[in-house]
Amino acid sequence: STHEYKLNFKKSKEMCLSYIQDAMLQKQWKRAAEFLTFYIESLEKDFSTEYMGPSEMIWRIGTEILCHHSHSSMKEFNSFIEQMKTLGVKRYLKVCLEHAFHLLCNGLIDEAYQNLSLAESWRFGEQTAIQDKEMKLIQAYRGLLDYYSWCKQKNVLLQHGQNGFEDLSVEQEMHGCFRKAAMNLKEIIKIPGVWDLFVKCYVDLLEFYGDHNEAHQVLNEYAYNSKFPANPNAHVYLYQFLKRHGESKKSLISALKILHDIVPSHELMIDFNIMLQKSKKRKKRRLGLEVIFAALDYAGWKENVKAWSCLARQVKQIVISEKHLDWIKQEWNSRKDWWPAFHFSRYLAKRNWQENESLSYEKALVAGILLGKDCKYFKYVSHQGCKAQVKRFRILKKFVNKHSPVYLRMSG
Amino acid sequence: RDFNERCAQCSEVNWGLTDGGRFYCRSCHNVTERTREVVNTDFISNTRIQTISKGLRKQEKNDGGCEWYVCEGFQLVLKKQAEALEALGVCPQMKDEILCNFWRRYLQKTKQAYCNRPAGETVKALSVCDSSTDVDSEPERPSLLHLLSLSESEGDLQTDCSFASSISKVSESTSVCSGSVDGSLYLMKNRKEKLRMTMPMTLSFCYMALLWLREPMTLSDLLRFVEEGHIPYLNVFQHFPEKMKLYGLDLKIFCVESWPVYEEVYNKMLELAAFLDLPRFPDITDSCFLHPDMLCMKYLMEANLPDELHNWTCRVVKKICIGEADFLTLVPGNKSKRNVKYDVLAAAVIVVVLKLLFLLDDQYEWLLSDFAEERNKNNKEGGPYFEFKKWYKVIKCSLDVKQKKLDEERAKYLWRCEKPLFYSAKKKSKVLKRRQMVVNLQNQFGKLSGSVQPAEKPNPSSFQLSWSEENTDGSCFHGHSLKGILQEKCGLLTAMNPDYWLCTVKLCNEKLCGHLAHYREVDFPQSYHFVLRLFSFLLRIQPSYIHDEVCVVEHKLFNKKLCKKPKYNTGLRK
Repeated sequence: STHEYKLNFKKSKEMCLSYIQDAMLQKQWKRAAEFLTFYIESLEKDFSTEYMGPSEMIWRIGTEILCHHSHSSMKEFNSFIEQMKTLGVKRYLKVCLEHAFHLLCNGLIDEAYQNLSLAESWRFGEQTAIQDKEMKLIQAYRGLLDYYSWCKQKNVLLQHGQNGFEDLSVEQEMHGCFRKAAMNLKEIIKIPGVWDLFVKCYVDLLEFYGDHNEAHQVLNEYAYNSKFPANPNAHVYLYQFLKRHGESKKSLISALKILHDIVPSHELMIDFNIMLQKSKKRKKRRLGLEVIFAALDYAGWKENVKAWSCLARQVKQIVISEKHLDWIKQEWNSRKDWWPAFHFSRYLAKRNWQENESLSYEKALVAGILLGKDCKYFKYVSHQGCKAQVKRFRILKKFVNKHSPVYLRMSG
Repeated sequence: RDFNERCAQCSEVNWGLTDGGRFYCRSCHNVTERTREVVNTDFISNTRIQTISKGLRKQEKNDGGCEWYVCEGFQLVLKKQAEALEALGVCPQMKDEILCNFWRRYLQKTKQAYCNRPAGETVKALSVCDSSTDVDSEPERPSLLHLLSLSESEGDLQTDCSFASSISKVSESTSVCSGSVDGSLYLMKNRKEKLRMTMPMTLSFCYMALLWLREPMTLSDLLRFVEEGHIPYLNVFQHFPEKMKLYGLDLKIFCVESWPVYEEVYNKMLELAAFLDLPRFPDITDSCFLHPDMLCMKYLMEANLPDELHNWTCRVVKKICIGEADFLTLVPGNKSKRNVKYDVLAAAVIVVVLKLLFLLDDQYEWLLSDFAEERNKNNKEGGPYFEFKKWYKVIKCSLDVKQKKLDEERAKYLWRCEKPLFYSAKKKSKVLKRRQMVVNLQNQFGKLSGSVQPAEKPNPSSFQLSWSEENTDGSCFHGHSLKGILQEKCGLLTAMNPDYWLCTVKLCNEKLCGHLAHYREVDFPQSYHFVLRLFSFLLRIQPSYIHDEVCVVEHKLFNKKLCKKPKYNTGLRK
């Protein structure tokens, strides 16, 4: 007969594990280590039928404890990890990879490189094929470290170059690193994923050696290949590359378009808006207005003078030309319920005026046009500005007064 | 001595033992020729075990081991346990005479030794397998997986499968699968017999011997000593001599992965006693430790309750006639009588007395305590009156601390020992490597544990909680008086509490559902649960087990009232 409360090996170890977890959550590392000592013998009954067996538990818990415990050293950690590597063949590469990360976090770059190289040469029957993904990662990170060496050597060369020295051996080594790095980085970015760091480094290498085509292609792939997860950074990298190489406005704009769709609050939206405003195409200018309004929907932009000045300029320009007032109306429609409280409250008027005159100026212009000359914000700021005898506020006041019918037309 | 068969010559039952270990009739000096085996309690590697069909056994095998039978292994285990008990203060008679004879009797009854045909048939079957001529008559060899699944002990499917697959290619004699000669046979053949020897059963043997001698050790004490490590159980095979190699199927037999449960050990003991045709055990009288009066006294002390309560427990015991020798003494095979678990019974009696005096309905006991407190203020002479509230606070505090400590210790059990186990020779190196790694890791993290780890076993003690009257903080209640909650009526002191509630109106049929009652904590008052929890801790058994016994005691106590009135609500007046 089975008694549910019978204390057996399995239950006893489960209890032990819960004590370990409690201790870890409370950062009591000594206590966690103590209970781990008693948990370790479950390795002798490790059958890996569960999702996470004892050997993986011990690896993960042991790593945490050794990271945080005040008395543990790098040497101890390394010896522990070496034992963990022998525990589970199926996990070997994962452990190697995490070991390398740990070494990097502790600044032991050479050791990390050695570990990664060693792991790269590992072969174990069909496991090698099964752990293919981890292997690719290992190669990628080793490639990254090669890139890092390359950078160092490049800097050395540049310095020597400045001092008038030439160093053939360093140059050769540098090229060697380049080859190694390029090979590995190229491989990993073929696989759909988020590889920002790898992409940047690879592109850097390509640009240095003058292979702009390849670089462009890589960035295009990274940004536009639908198999890859949507990644705002991909578009940023592409845009920056295009800008560096003096590409046409058209291509720059198309690069930023998707970024606007994914992240309307991105800091590049200002650049985007400026480009769009200047465009001759109506659609682009229309888009520009949309872009800048969308950016200012976000709290992080509330006090950004540049953004407000962009909006102010564009709105002012539209009002003066008396063309496309409907654009403003369209944009304002979905915002008129909440923007007043969000941007143009009396409190904000006071604060903006006190803290940042330029900000209050730009905002007042926008407020005056969107909400009319009688709105709280405009009234307060323009009054204050005129009182302080700042010239531009007088001009502002006149301008808004002159174009107040516009507001009436809009709000109607 | 305890051998009840009639002598073939003179029909008397008067047996003694020769030096050679055979039974002889004292009346006519007829020596039984039946016993051919000599199994000493000391395992000497020169001993040759002869069976009729097998012949001399080989001395040495390749790995320096020798042949040994499973029952020899168990014999060693029992010997070690008996020695440990002796070290705890049990009289030597237990080891040298009682346990010994019980064991021999068992061997005889199960036809493993001391009889005409020890497992001869199956041994023959083995040798038949080897020869190729008797292919037709060859009995079907059970697959190893089948063998493994027959074993009752909980196993790990993975190990079993991996073991079976590694061995399946072996077509030699089955002794390769185990260090013992008859490991596989043991598992296969004896399945049908319910009394195949197992590790928990060794404790049943021990308890039976203790009971026969009426030693002052209850079953819960015994099991607690086992868990605390004072009596070898968990890795007892460590003490097997070098030559007795243990592997393969032996692991299924001798390795335990769980602590024995009270009910299991107890029930097996009853079965065993009946199986061995033992006569009525020596009487349990009121001077015995196991008598309810004595045990109640002990538990009252341990539970820090007033000595005066003992009068009440004795009254209850007397009233329901559970102090009679006939009731208390074990008569093996007597199915009409319910057998007595002395420790649980004593605890149940105390619980009933507490219910009688304090009601324990989560209200009355507190009111009564306040009342006693009031009376205590005016109480100048004599000892203080017992206040339930104070007692509760003190006990709860201690109990929580002890329970927490016990829980932590249980989480820290180390199940493995230095002597590594492996299912087959192939696995040996892997197992050893694992062991080495485990030891390394234990050392590494042990150093990070901070304080030194003294592997202290608590000193074996009969008492888990102790209270001293010398403590000035008033935390000892032994000397407190019950007067605070009693009243005088007709010159007698009776309880102020007029009510009582039954734990259950009707007892279940034990044969149907295995229990007499079903305990759920939420159905009962918290004070009642607290008291159960206290004894549950002391006896290391589940509260429901005590609850069952409480129900039985109550039903005996209120028997008349229960029989008279068929309709009942669960409260009644005494």
